[in-house]
Amino acid sequence: MLPDRNGYFGPFGGKYVPETLMPALAELETIYCQVKNNAAFKKELAYYLAEYAGRPTPLYFARNLTSLYGGAKIYLKREDLAHTGAHKINNTIGQALLALRMGKKRIIAETGAGQHGVAVATVAALFKLQCEVYMGAEDIERQKLNVYRMQKLGTKVIPVTSGSQTLKDAMNEALRDWVTNVRSTHYMLGSCAGPHPFPLIVRDFQTVIGREAKKQILKAEKRLPDYLLACVNGGSNAIGLFYPFYNDKKVKFIGVEAAGAGVNKPHTAATMAKGTIGILHGSKSYLLQDKNGQVSPTHSIAAGLDYPGVGPEHSYYKYTGRAEYVNATDQEALVAFDLLARQEGILPALESSHALAYLKKIAPKLDKNKIIIVCLSGRGDKDMEQIMKREESL
Amino acid sequence: MNRIDAKFKELKKKHKKALITYICAGDPNLRTTGELVLELEKNGADIIELGVPFSDPIADGPTIQRAALRSLKNNTSLADILGLVRQLREKSQIPILLMTYFNPVYQFGLEKLAQAAVKSGVDGFIIPDLLPESGRAASRILKKHKLAPVYLVSPLTSGKRLALINKESAGFVYYVSVTGITGARTSLPQDIGRHAQSLRRYINQPVAVGFGVSNARQVKQLSAWFDGVIVGSAIVSIIEKNIGKKDLVAKVGRFVRSLMAKK
Ligand SMILES: Cc1ncc(COP(=O)(O)O)c(C=O)c1O
Repeated sequence: MLPDRNGYFGPFGGKYVPETLMPALAELETIYCQVKNNAAFKKELAYYLAEYAGRPTPLYFARNLTSLYGGAKIYLKREDLAHTGAHKINNTIGQALLALRMGKKRIIAETGAGQHGVAVATVAALFKLQCEVYMGAEDIERQKLNVYRMQKLGTKVIPVTSGSQTLKDAMNEALRDWVTNVRSTHYMLGSCAGPHPFPLIVRDFQTVIGREAKKQILKAEKRLPDYLLACVNGGSNAIGLFYPFYNDKKVKFIGVEAAGAGVNKPHTAATMAKGTIGILHGSKSYLLQDKNGQVSPTHSIAAGLDYPGVGPEHSYYKYTGRAEYVNATDQEALVAFDLLARQEGILPALESSHALAYLKKIAPKLDKNKIIIVCLSGRGDKDMEQIMKREESL
Repeated sequence: MNRIDAKFKELKKKHKKALITYICAGDPNLRTTGELVLELEKNGADIIELGVPFSDPIADGPTIQRAALRSLKNNTSLADILGLVRQLREKSQIPILLMTYFNPVYQFGLEKLAQAAVKSGVDGFIIPDLLPESGRAASRILKKHKLAPVYLVSPLTSGKRLALINKESAGFVYYVSVTGITGARTSLPQDIGRHAQSLRRYINQPVAVGFGVSNARQVKQLSAWFDGVIVGSAIVSIIEKNIGKKDLVAKVGRFVRSLMAKK
């Protein structure tokens, strides 16, 4: 069973945080272990996922995309149809129920694309928790719609102007806030990253994606898929889809990272392609850094993938070969965005567009009886303004 | 004996407490850092903490974040800082600890770093994102080389963990005065004296207190309860205000002297 007692997935993971946070991490772990198999908790979680978030989300057979590529059958797991428009709500509902049980009245979070921030702001409104979200100034600019959504939900969005002014810096600031206000505050981390037990808890709350997809594909095709495809930043939508298939060794996992302008350009976000093992934000994992251990600046058109690290469980999957990690450039993601819009009438998030971009590299090569499931982690409304500006400037 | 242990022993004999000063190496440049260390010593500092800059200092407030950034703009590396300490050892035997985050240490390589640190004359390491559990291997290597791993204790640390921290630490234990990040504060928690007392049940080595200490009044007050008092951001902000001025080093010296006024 991974992670082990100390939060390690093989050599990755662990806890690398200031001493001040130790009691909070221990409390979170204790509460989570207590409620994880508790019938009342499971019922409450299932209730909110179904009645509030709108689960299960469909597993949609993308007929047009499939015939366009002329190869494997392509199914889309429609996380874009969950309430708030992305998979992030699966995690925030779960963590909100934990925060309530811990008696924490205030929640904080980091956000990149703003999808996690919106999902946090949403549960804060629902459960009457005070909420503050840290967001890089550059991300505030490129994901304005989500900033306004959070504000309308009653959350204070705090701009972060340090460093590269993106997700990494928002996470630094959220951790500083948590160290300061740890007595009253729960840090609702948005991906399967950070110190133990976050990678475990976030994974478990996101596995609803894979559990549903497994049932749905068995019903539709009477068999398991051949490939699972998902975009990876911290990697929560990917791990949520992959994990329930972990022991189905014939099901191949492919994680798609953001290459920005390209993996060999100075600023990329392809951690698995270019990273080395290091420690950032509480865990040991692959990391984009220089030889002195200074974290590298990153770039991706997708704010939600623009981060130099990756969750420790993904590093473990790479290390053991259980999953393969590839990447897609800004340009490839934009092409995939347009293609899905025209072929299927679905506007995907720019993050999810990275996973879709990889389809053209594998789907045509595969037999028609093969099956690929792509995690459509979110919808693209939030990205319309950014794409419009980019097209106007060309 | 390690320079840190010797210093605490010497001070104890004189019924004195240690004044420990933090500056970020390479802020505004390494040459000035060297001059600052000597000036700090001349004006009453007993132990020096040299910050090794890291791009993502999650335990630091804005003052030290900015200092780290200035230092990184000069491309200051851990190797450069070891070189500086080596030069300083020709002129001074003041105990010197490096304070940094775990990633730069991990990238350097622990065994390699321990050897280089001994050669340069570094006495210990403070790594705020390294917990004693995660740092077991690191502590073992440092101790093997007679270097002091200094772990931190927070106001929320339980008794059981205090015992572990005492076991893994050497030189002294670092008591973080507040739940929070570094940065000068005008007031400190009311119950800090009571905390200091309860620590002694588990900790049988010197305890120094830091985070938020900014003036002579606080230094005096805290000296009653702790074996050492650490001042960081308050010094760093004087450096920041005087960058480019001829009397930067002297000004820092005067400030440190003033901290001692009531000690
Ligand atoms: C729609 C969408 N997909 C994916 C991600 C990336 O996160 P993760 O790798 O944790 O799934 C984000 C993050 O903001 C997102 O908004």
